[in-house]
Amino acid sequence: MNEPADIDQAQTADALPPARRERGWDAVWRELKKAPWTAKLGLVLILGYVFVAVFAPVLTPYGESEIVGRQFEPWGGQFLLGTDNLGRDMVTRLIYGARNTIGIAFLTTCLAFLIGGVGGILAAVLGRWMDQLLSRVVDILMAIPQLIFALLLLTIFGTSIPVLIIIIAVLDSTRVFRLARAVGANVAVMDFVEAARVRGEGIGWITIREVLPNIMAPLSAEFGLRFCFVFLTIAALSFLGLGIQPPTADWGSMVRDNATLITYGDITPLLPAAAIAMLTIAVNFVVDWFLHKTSGLRDEY
Amino acid sequence: MRPIFTIVAQRLALGLLVLFAVSLIIFLGVELLPGDLAEEILGQAATPETVAAMRKELGLDLPPYIRYFEWLGGMVQGDFGTSLASQREISELIGVRLGNTLFLAGLAAAIAVPVAVTLGVLAALYRNSLYDRAVNIFTLTSISFPEFFIAYILILFLSVNAGWFPSLSNVTVETPLWERIYRCMLPALTLTLVVTAHMMRMTRASIINLLSSPYIEMANLKGLKRSHIIVRHALPNAWAPIVNVIVINLAYLIVGVVVVEVVFVYPGLGQLIVDSVQKRDLPVVQACSLIFAATYILLNLTADILSIVTNPRLLHPR
Amino acid sequence: MSTNGKNNTGNEVLLEMRGLWIEGQVEDDWQEIVKGIDVTLRRGEVLGLIGESGAGKSTIGLAAMAFARPGCRISGGTIVFDGVDLMAASEYKKRSVRGVRIAYVAQSAAAAFNPAHQLIDQFVESPVQHGIKSRSVAEADAKDLYKQLLLPDPDNIGYRYPHQVSGGQLQRAMTAMAMACQPDLIVFDEPTTALDVTTQIEVLATIRDIVDQFNTGAIYITHDLAVVAQMADRIMVLRYGELVEEADTRTIMSDPRADYTKTLWAVRSFRKTAAQQQDPTPLVTVDHVTAAYGDIPVLHDISFEIHAGLTVAVVGESGSGKSTAARVITGLLPPKEGRVLFRDEELPGNYWKRSKDQLRHAQMIYQMPDTAINPRQRIRDIIGRPLTFYLGLRGKELDQRIRALLEMIELDPSQFIERYPAELSGGQKQRICIARALAAEPDFIICDEVTSALDQLVAEEILKLLDRLQQELNLGYMFITHDLATVRAIADEVVVMLQGEIVEQGSKDEIFTPPHHEYTELLLSSVPEMDPDWLDRVLQQRKEKDVKASAQMS
Repeated sequence: MNEPADIDQAQTADALPPARRERGWDAVWRELKKAPWTAKLGLVLILGYVFVAVFAPVLTPYGESEIVGRQFEPWGGQFLLGTDNLGRDMVTRLIYGARNTIGIAFLTTCLAFLIGGVGGILAAVLGRWMDQLLSRVVDILMAIPQLIFALLLLTIFGTSIPVLIIIIAVLDSTRVFRLARAVGANVAVMDFVEAARVRGEGIGWITIREVLPNIMAPLSAEFGLRFCFVFLTIAALSFLGLGIQPPTADWGSMVRDNATLITYGDITPLLPAAAIAMLTIAVNFVVDWFLHKTSGLRDEY
Repeated sequence: MRPIFTIVAQRLALGLLVLFAVSLIIFLGVELLPGDLAEEILGQAATPETVAAMRKELGLDLPPYIRYFEWLGGMVQGDFGTSLASQREISELIGVRLGNTLFLAGLAAAIAVPVAVTLGVLAALYRNSLYDRAVNIFTLTSISFPEFFIAYILILFLSVNAGWFPSLSNVTVETPLWERIYRCMLPALTLTLVVTAHMMRMTRASIINLLSSPYIEMANLKGLKRSHIIVRHALPNAWAPIVNVIVINLAYLIVGVVVVEVVFVYPGLGQLIVDSVQKRDLPVVQACSLIFAATYILLNLTADILSIVTNPRLLHPR
Repeated sequence: MSTNGKNNTGNEVLLEMRGLWIEGQVEDDWQEIVKGIDVTLRRGEVLGLIGESGAGKSTIGLAAMAFARPGCRISGGTIVFDGVDLMAASEYKKRSVRGVRIAYVAQSAAAAFNPAHQLIDQFVESPVQHGIKSRSVAEADAKDLYKQLLLPDPDNIGYRYPHQVSGGQLQRAMTAMAMACQPDLIVFDEPTTALDVTTQIEVLATIRDIVDQFNTGAIYITHDLAVVAQMADRIMVLRYGELVEEADTRTIMSDPRADYTKTLWAVRSFRKTAAQQQDPTPLVTVDHVTAAYGDIPVLHDISFEIHAGLTVAVVGESGSGKSTAARVITGLLPPKEGRVLFRDEELPGNYWKRSKDQLRHAQMIYQMPDTAINPRQRIRDIIGRPLTFYLGLRGKELDQRIRALLEMIELDPSQFIERYPAELSGGQKQRICIARALAAEPDFIICDEVTSALDQLVAEEILKLLDRLQQELNLGYMFITHDLATVRAIADEVVVMLQGEIVEQGSKDEIFTPPHHEYTELLLSSVPEMDPDWLDRVLQQRKEKDVKASAQMS
């Protein structure tokens, strides 16, 4: 039934001898050295952010919500980047903001992947009614714009960090589901999965041992993209006053709190916004490179 | 029966079904409220008697399905109920604001769509050129920016420093068209920047995908001119993906207005929904959500139907 | 285009490629695909390029048009076409040659036609765009050519869209399109590979007629020796981008010089050792099975038996239902009616209702070794899993058994046990699939087109291996294939299928000796033979038969 396709593939695929796969850290290091400057920059920036987030208490001169001066003090002197609308040190708030904003976004993304990833692969492997059921539910959830849905749910359940994490994770898991199901279904129809089925393997083995390792690459890339998206959504909600609540330091709400300064030409409120932008750029650069490497796409025509 | 009509009809029916399901979710969301709406409104003043009275006033003593159909019936006729916070008719609140939001989104789309599609197609045609690489970095960067970041940068440069545009976009019903466009320029530019990047990337990807088809190689091997290949061979097959990209991004615009409206204090639907969430004014949030969701579903439906009717396999069935 | 007497090959050189080097991009490096090939083609001559996958033959064919696929580049040599140096020519000049003086026929016509335009629009494109003919003249030409190429309803078929026409017709429409400007040279890139044998013969015949008639030069690229023998005046055998041997067709067919050519020629000579006596109880019985995918019926009342130590070959073209029969046996597709028995014991229709032992007895080897083994597992895990799963082997015992299995399939355990599939060649992967099937200690193995994705030399070795294992382990094979040469090599019994039904079954000798069932006859006579006169002979026979038939009618 499928003779033509195969011969076709054999003709083109074998035009070049199969590349030997290297393993271990040497290979990773070699790839990294060959990476474009954007990806290298991105990696360095991400590591920097993680460092700051982890060592926030050590790096900061003051406490997270400690009022240490007058409102809106200028840059320099005692306060390197001045103080905010309540007289808290900007540098301190920025550093704690890294910890809170990134931490919450990361946690949310992980949860979204747990829900969406498991659901997606199960839908792909089990197929039939399970796939139908989950896919239809996801279709309907995705028919409502995500931010609007989040606003509606936040109105109903109120704004607290756990609620925020759960709501965003559930809403975002729909996109993860879509991807996991699509790539999972591509793998699930392969002969080696069929071989495992007729061998009598259980659903757990097929999901974890046969399918999952083969979709790790697209899922990891998606993790980066979803993280950016979640991160931006949470920042937007915080900016709207509906996300992370004071006095927790968070970049989105810091922009909002200090926004009035912009009308005086003071760029202080842009700093937290820039911090957000820089991290998402960094992640996007790395993901872009990773996608390019793993998709096997060669960029020419 | 031509299959294309059947498929379009099926897709339309599915769209209606989804709309119905979404309205159900938005309605049921409120039912999930711990306690109920009456207690929520009364807050501290809730005694069993006042709660019972309020429940009767709100119609909460009726079974949920009756309330749902009354609510939905009202929505369809333009009656959205009354706001809890201001006690005003919601339709009154929404009317003008919906127009404002559509105006802003329309203005942004009018700038973004032609620019993004042109630049995206060019990036695909001159793949791997310096221009293409620059486009890649530019678009990656700007999709990484939060909307409010772009908004404040524009305010800083174009409003505070240059003084070209106002930083607040307060418009009223009486504002004349040109004045309106002038005042909306910064929010529209913000939206344009965000959407253009997405749209360019997607356009580029779909055109590149198209150009790698065997029939394009065949056209090359027939010695046809590049311009002829693009116009005759690529374009007829490119409509579906490009239209898709445009509509998806329009849907994105509809949501993107929320943050931008808040930054520029623009009297639109986004501003209203954010205010209402803060006040926990549920009926207003419900009404706004339904409008946003309906627009979004409608746009996606349009994209699907356009790609169905431009598919040659369906246009010319066996 | 003929090898039989009618030799209209002039002496004028039409195309000359000297010292051609072509490189392909692998990750960030460039690797050589074609290494210094010389090609000379005279006007009206047909040159066959033959070789296994990776030989670089398609790349050379495209280079004749001074074209390199994305990711490839012509890095050295000269290409002179009719006195014009194409390597030095401007893009404009190259364009004026392509489609006009040199045309291309692609392997997959379905993909190479633009889905958005009618066939005739795509036909007239070259002549009209290059300013050679007016549209109306070109359309009239198209209809003439469609008629000559025996397309049904030649006056109207051009107004159809590509997806409205069958694969064989589309391939002929593409040949017609290549003839649109009456080029001096056509490059045929595996034009019949995607077709069934019975369709292939028609396309071959029409291609040959048309090229003969217009005295067009051609480069005919294929991996199929028997096909190239019918089509080419001269043959170049390629391997790894280098020339192995070059000679005129009759010489090279009867007297190959290079060792590689000799092995290629000898490839279909393998014959299975004669079957031993058989056990009266069949291993597997397919008993009046009817099956369908949803509402689409695929199998209708199928019955056959498979005995231990014997091979049943199930033959048919695409859509005949041969793979579906295998899915019913393995329990992936429960039958609507009928049943499947194993040693006279009925198996549940659905695989997940079968016991571990029932599953263990029947194993399967797939067509595409690339997708049949998990690329993220080591060879150790791939072969080890059924051992642990069915037989409960662990630790040292497991390791020893894996090594024994690797030896059984002739791979060195110490070298291969820790590898990933990506580090194996296609043939080695197929061996791993065999080892995985053997690990379950089955009585019965379904081989689904196991050799069709492999190069011929490799395929032959796999067949030999399977035969040896059958003898040693007394296995029953169900061998699904579309290739009658394979059937001849390995079958004890043959089941011929057409559109979900069995048209004929019996021992190999019965099937291969006349009288045949009508369809079996068609199938058998459509398989190209190495004899360069085969095509003429078959066409002649069929014509005589038609004449006889119509004489009887009247």
